[in-house]
Amino acid sequence: MFSRDRWLEIFETIRKNKLRTFLSGFTVALGILIFVVLFGFGNGLRNTFENFFEDDAKNTMWLRSGRTSKPYMGYEANRLIEFDNDDLKEISSRFEFYIEGITPRISFSGNVGYKLESNNYSIRGVGPSHQKNEMTIMMKGRYINGLDIDNKERNVVIGRLVEQDLFKGEDGIGKFISGGGRSWKVVGVFQDDGGDNEERIIYAPYTTIQLIQKSTDKVGQIIISYKPEIGYGGAVAFENQLRKYIKQRKFIDPRDSRGIFIRSAASELKENDQFASVLQYIISFVGIGTLLAGIIGISNIMVFVVKERTKELGIRKAIGATPKSIIGMILQEAIFITTISGYIGLFIGIAFLNFIGDKLEEQYFITDPFIDLSTGILATVILIVFGAFAGYLPAQRAARIKPIEALRDS
Amino acid sequence: MIQIKDLHKSYKMGSNSLHVLKGINFNVKEGELVAIMGSSGSGKSTLLNILGMLDLLDKGTYDLDGVPIKNLDETKAANYRNKFLGFVFQSFNLINYKTALENVTLPLYYQGVNRKEREATALEYLDQVGLKEWATHLPSELSGGQKQRVAIARAMVTQPKVLLADELTGALDSNTSKEVMTLIQEINQNGKTILIVTHEEDIAKMCTRIVRLKDGIIMEDKKNKMIKAI
Ligand SMILES: Nc1ncnc2c1ncn2[C@@H]1O[C@H](COP(=O)(O)OP(=O)(O)O)[C@@H](O)[C@H]1O
Ligand SMILES: [Mg+2]
Repeated sequence: MFSRDRWLEIFETIRKNKLRTFLSGFTVALGILIFVVLFGFGNGLRNTFENFFEDDAKNTMWLRSGRTSKPYMGYEANRLIEFDNDDLKEISSRFEFYIEGITPRISFSGNVGYKLESNNYSIRGVGPSHQKNEMTIMMKGRYINGLDIDNKERNVVIGRLVEQDLFKGEDGIGKFISGGGRSWKVVGVFQDDGGDNEERIIYAPYTTIQLIQKSTDKVGQIIISYKPEIGYGGAVAFENQLRKYIKQRKFIDPRDSRGIFIRSAASELKENDQFASVLQYIISFVGIGTLLAGIIGISNIMVFVVKERTKELGIRKAIGATPKSIIGMILQEAIFITTISGYIGLFIGIAFLNFIGDKLEEQYFITDPFIDLSTGILATVILIVFGAFAGYLPAQRAARIKPIEALRDS
Repeated sequence: MIQIKDLHKSYKMGSNSLHVLKGINFNVKEGELVAIMGSSGSGKSTLLNILGMLDLLDKGTYDLDGVPIKNLDETKAANYRNKFLGFVFQSFNLINYKTALENVTLPLYYQGVNRKEREATALEYLDQVGLKEWATHLPSELSGGQKQRVAIARAMVTQPKVLLADELTGALDSNTSKEVMTLIQEINQNGKTILIVTHEEDIAKMCTRIVRLKDGIIMEDKKNKMIKAI
């Protein structure tokens, strides 16, 4: 009987028993509030953790070369291995299936100046896809592009702090800086979250660098970003095939652990993911614990409420309330209070998490704590459903009490 | 109106059982005002509770207005109580957070009567017991006599076949008792069948028939020349 009359009767009971309503509502709201806050803090911890690893793209592989440590196929040990343009081309065509972008990185440092200012900077000869690997964000202008590579242009992209150092607040775009006895046109300025050093770098087309370094075809490091959709397994397979292929191509003993080095985010990713899922387990565990405590709290309140109302229920039965209507009344009231206060707790919790934002980042490593609305609502619904179940037993017991027993003593 | 044959009732107390009613035979005609007397513990309330379907009988038969009362489950008993019976208790048993009017409307709520009609009817009955002005007061704001009159209004509001009252004057002083008994006599004069449990001779003398219980049986059952309460 979910009639309007039933609701009016329940509202009246609620209105006239404010303390009881407040106590049970408060418990439920507090339970949900604690759940939301703990769960949100867990997510905030994970945010902080993920930020640590976000500076470099996750789907990246670094190929470096060094000296061999074993003799092989007529070659001496301690031979210097270097990557060149052919390696770059062969790798990109052979592993096209896995590769999203590939770029060399020729690193050195040199003196660069503008007018009277000059400084020593890291300089990197790179290709266009290097931008993605380093997650370089352009503040103005553009990054190194394909035309720069093809035409071996003397265009450079400089870090924010390079511009600040050399141009003293002036706009650097379109101006010419000097380096290695030549002048270079600034076509872009970038920023980077990685820290000061990352913003004191100058990028130039690798082909131009090769040209001025006595027409070499050496490329230094090779950086590959693989397609994310190949997944962790695909990345590991790719890495193994790539290592085998390069060792073959460069005549390196397959058992030689030196000569070439491949570092991939995939192997690191796995460890990160494990840590993240441990965190997730802890969060879920705490969440479920809080919910359980909430359910136990509601059950206790229901037992208390029914006990307190025993006499009233006896009177109601004496004047004609059926057991069903008694159970219905108690449950409906409980569900109503649980629902309202559950959602109040939910929204206070969410508001609190929003208020926290990054206030706890420095000291407690909690960044932007949040809870999916659906998780919050699910938790609230679970509490309501289990609260109703928990309320059902005492309600049923109350409905079974004989009216004379409820009315005795007085 | 009420027919009882060979009624037995015992209470189990652990391994013992207390045989309270040992074969009661008893009829009540419509319009009677019956006093059930006896010393404390003689089984008066037990009998009244069985008549009121608040408790179950062990053996015997009970017919109310020609309807055999048997195989009572809780729901059926609740519906019969609601339709056929009105109760008045020694301790009033009003719901303490509800006003006088709300207490009186409650039986109608369980009959499914709509709110407007409930309140109109309840107010009428409060008026009959002289408490119209007290409709919005809580029980805690009423005197004992007023509380009992609210309880009588609540018992009457569904127009029951029988009014059952257990020591309804037990908590009241003698003047107030007389006032309440006047009201009971008025209701009886209008044709209502009423059973009153009491251990006070004064109160019993205000009824049309006196039934005396002793050791679980009816010891004496005789007509009485009713004395006006006031
Ligand atoms: N629910 C019960 N369980 C056990 N014993 C009961 C119960 N109700 C009444 N009694 C016992 O039955 C006897 C009759 O009780 P009752 O009918 O209340 O007497 P009265 O109303 O005449 O004083 C008493 O001895 C009382 O203790
Ligand atoms: Mg008694």
